[in-house]
Amino acid sequence: MDGSGIRQALSMMNERGSGEGAGYVAYGIYPDYRDCYALHVFFDNIRENKSVVDATLAQWGTIEHDEAIPTYDRPNLRAVHTPWRYFFKPDPSLAPASTSPEDDIVSALTMRVNTARRGALIFSSGKDVGVFKAGGWPEDVADFYRIEDYEGYTWLAHNRYPTNTPGWWGGAHPFNLLGWSVVHNGEITSYGTNRRYIESFGYTCTMFTDTEVVAYLIDLLVRRHGLEIDLAVRALAPPFWEEIDRMPEAEREWNRALRLTYAPAMMNGPFAIVAADAGTMIGFTDRTKLRPMVVGECGDRLYISSEEAAIRAMEPKVESITMPAAGEPVVGRVAP
Amino acid sequence: MTIGSLPPRYRISIDPVRCMECERCIENCSYGVFRRDGERILVNSRNCTACHRCIACCPRDAISLEEHPCDYRSHPLWTREAREAIYNQARTGRIILAGMGNALDYPVIFDRLVLDACQVTNPSLDPLREPIELLTHIGKKPARLDLRRREGGDVELGTSLTPNLRVETPIMIGHMSYGAISLNAQVAMARAAKETGTFMGTGEGGLHSAIYPYQDRMIVQVASGRFGVNIDYLERGAAIEIKIGQGAKPGIGGHLPGEKVCTEISRTRMIPEGSDAISPAPHHDIYSIEDLAQLVRALKEATEWKKPVFVKIAAVHNVAAIAAGIARSPADAVVVDGFRGGTGAAPRVFRDHVGIPIEAAVSSVDAKLRDQGIRNEISVIASGGIRGSADVAKAIALGADAVYIGTAALVAMGCRVCGNCYRGLCPWGIATQHPDLVERLNPDTASEQVANLIRAWTLELAELLGAAGINSIESMRGNRDRLRGYMLDESLMQVLDVKQVGA
Repeated sequence: MDGSGIRQALSMMNERGSGEGAGYVAYGIYPDYRDCYALHVFFDNIRENKSVVDATLAQWGTIEHDEAIPTYDRPNLRAVHTPWRYFFKPDPSLAPASTSPEDDIVSALTMRVNTARRGALIFSSGKDVGVFKAGGWPEDVADFYRIEDYEGYTWLAHNRYPTNTPGWWGGAHPFNLLGWSVVHNGEITSYGTNRRYIESFGYTCTMFTDTEVVAYLIDLLVRRHGLEIDLAVRALAPPFWEEIDRMPEAEREWNRALRLTYAPAMMNGPFAIVAADAGTMIGFTDRTKLRPMVVGECGDRLYISSEEAAIRAMEPKVESITMPAAGEPVVGRVAP
Repeated sequence: MTIGSLPPRYRISIDPVRCMECERCIENCSYGVFRRDGERILVNSRNCTACHRCIACCPRDAISLEEHPCDYRSHPLWTREAREAIYNQARTGRIILAGMGNALDYPVIFDRLVLDACQVTNPSLDPLREPIELLTHIGKKPARLDLRRREGGDVELGTSLTPNLRVETPIMIGHMSYGAISLNAQVAMARAAKETGTFMGTGEGGLHSAIYPYQDRMIVQVASGRFGVNIDYLERGAAIEIKIGQGAKPGIGGHLPGEKVCTEISRTRMIPEGSDAISPAPHHDIYSIEDLAQLVRALKEATEWKKPVFVKIAAVHNVAAIAAGIARSPADAVVVDGFRGGTGAAPRVFRDHVGIPIEAAVSSVDAKLRDQGIRNEISVIASGGIRGSADVAKAIALGADAVYIGTAALVAMGCRVCGNCYRGLCPWGIATQHPDLVERLNPDTASEQVANLIRAWTLELAELLGAAGINSIESMRGNRDRLRGYMLDESLMQVLDVKQVGA
């Protein structure tokens, strides 16, 4: 699918935004550079900030290709950054102690560049995937990047109503680290606990907003701790103890272990979250479902949204619409 | 005359119009303030400790008490306490003993921290209608899990969990020994712990058979004197705590004067009747962190690795690094006891001058363990000066898993914090072994009051969490974003890792 459908879907929910941030992520858009990490970067200033990133990347691997991300002026969108993309191959021999040296190099570089705050922000870092976001209404952001020019097989999109950092492009969703991207409707009341937990594993939160931590938690639990995504999501939004106590013994034991081990990763407060990687899309809500989540299916396509209207805008012939129970995740797998 | 008599600390007066000469004050005052002289009740205010027993039992509200009726010339440096300590020591040449917690006028950090609540951007939760989980697990947790999915889709857990204490509320009762307090007081608190689904410490006084019915709620203590410790004792407890130090007197051991060592206490502690029970300052088998790890392992081995082992330390300057060392042993929890922690008896100079406040200690312990990536693997219990549910919430937001209360539980049984526990004459039947005084404390009523206190704080805690939009206690733990410092200096806010109000 190209990006025009999701642009249309998102425009149905403009009431949920304030015109200060929107974004899209698409999987499968860079087939020519499938083996490279696609790094999307916001530069404050190409002349001053780019050479630093160029040099850092050259130190850790090879830049196969880099270019400005094509953008098209929109009257309502003030371009405060220059979006750029690198197709980068890290040199695995530089992280010999690691079991996944390439991922480790790219995530460490992302943290380093973003923490240094030298006018460069890496906001997308996976293979064959790209985040496109900016401050503005969803349609303006879509047109600014002309997302209809990209062909992807999984898309996420988000419309923001910022309270914390209006206008800050880095604060717009989706948030991405390596393969995983996240969009989030809600506010995480456990952010202080989650941030301190994730930072003790070497991640640094730099985006001034709570959703960032979700992307890092998924990276930690799935990539570094080897949990399957649905188990990782269960650690983030676990069943209540009362429910765990009622489970049959074996199930109770692993649920108890999961909750105890990942207590500081558990997320509280109202949220509906959709996360995706190259092979998966998963939607889940907080344990009492304080934010809406609607699921639509049509043929082999899965839609997850805050509102049914958005799904119908994208797929008028949608075959089923369901509303999952609180805390019940919805998982879609990309057919091989 | 060189020093002469000092100005009385309190003045007791009886309103003759209201008094009906029932003599309840005479019966109840164990310090000998009141006596009958013909038609009148005479008062010797010098004996008064402001324990309020007489006021509490006077049916006509005839007794009034005034503090410092005749004071010294005021002076900012040469306070009353400073001058009187000198007179006292000039006369005796001895160390001054004191009871309860730190009595110097240090600022209370808890009172300079404020909690958060939700407005608009996320909903506050209503504990009357929605679940708020306060269930707390104290013990070692794995760093990560081996969870695999079998062919049929079942999940298989490859990691084995260490036994944890399952506590219904993050409020536990700390260690107060039989000896320091009466058996009735200990039975009352043990019963309250059982009723409210929490746990309580035995202190260094062994386990009296009257406590056996509550033993699955008791944390048995192994302190430097090893009083009362044998395999039966270790096996009866739900958990074992090694006491290295105590907030009220860091660096020194426990004190139980021989006068308090009656037959029952002698039997429970396994020491001769009438002998002083003075615990050594250090454990003489622990001269290093690896010795501690060995003792933790030895206790676990003795109890077949079925019981969690805690290590309690006083909050001293280097508390964070010490806690990190403890976390590397098989210990399940570290108890950090702040400088406001109470005691039955301590040298005043230690009680008032050694150690640091629990707020700073728990913050730096939590931060250090996080820096080393091992915070969730061990539980942190904060104690020393927890006065209410707000203090509990703040201690947890600063990084504690749970708290121990001590003085608050005694206050729930009538204690008026008069600070004379070391004299063994407690008119409330709490810090005494005199049978006639002990029987004043009815364990049935007292246990209900302690249980009520824990229930009330637990309800308030649920309300505070709900207002903050949090439905599980673990999301409050170390969540310093939900605290703000009010009139705290910048360097202290850095230690606490909190922002100032308005930020």
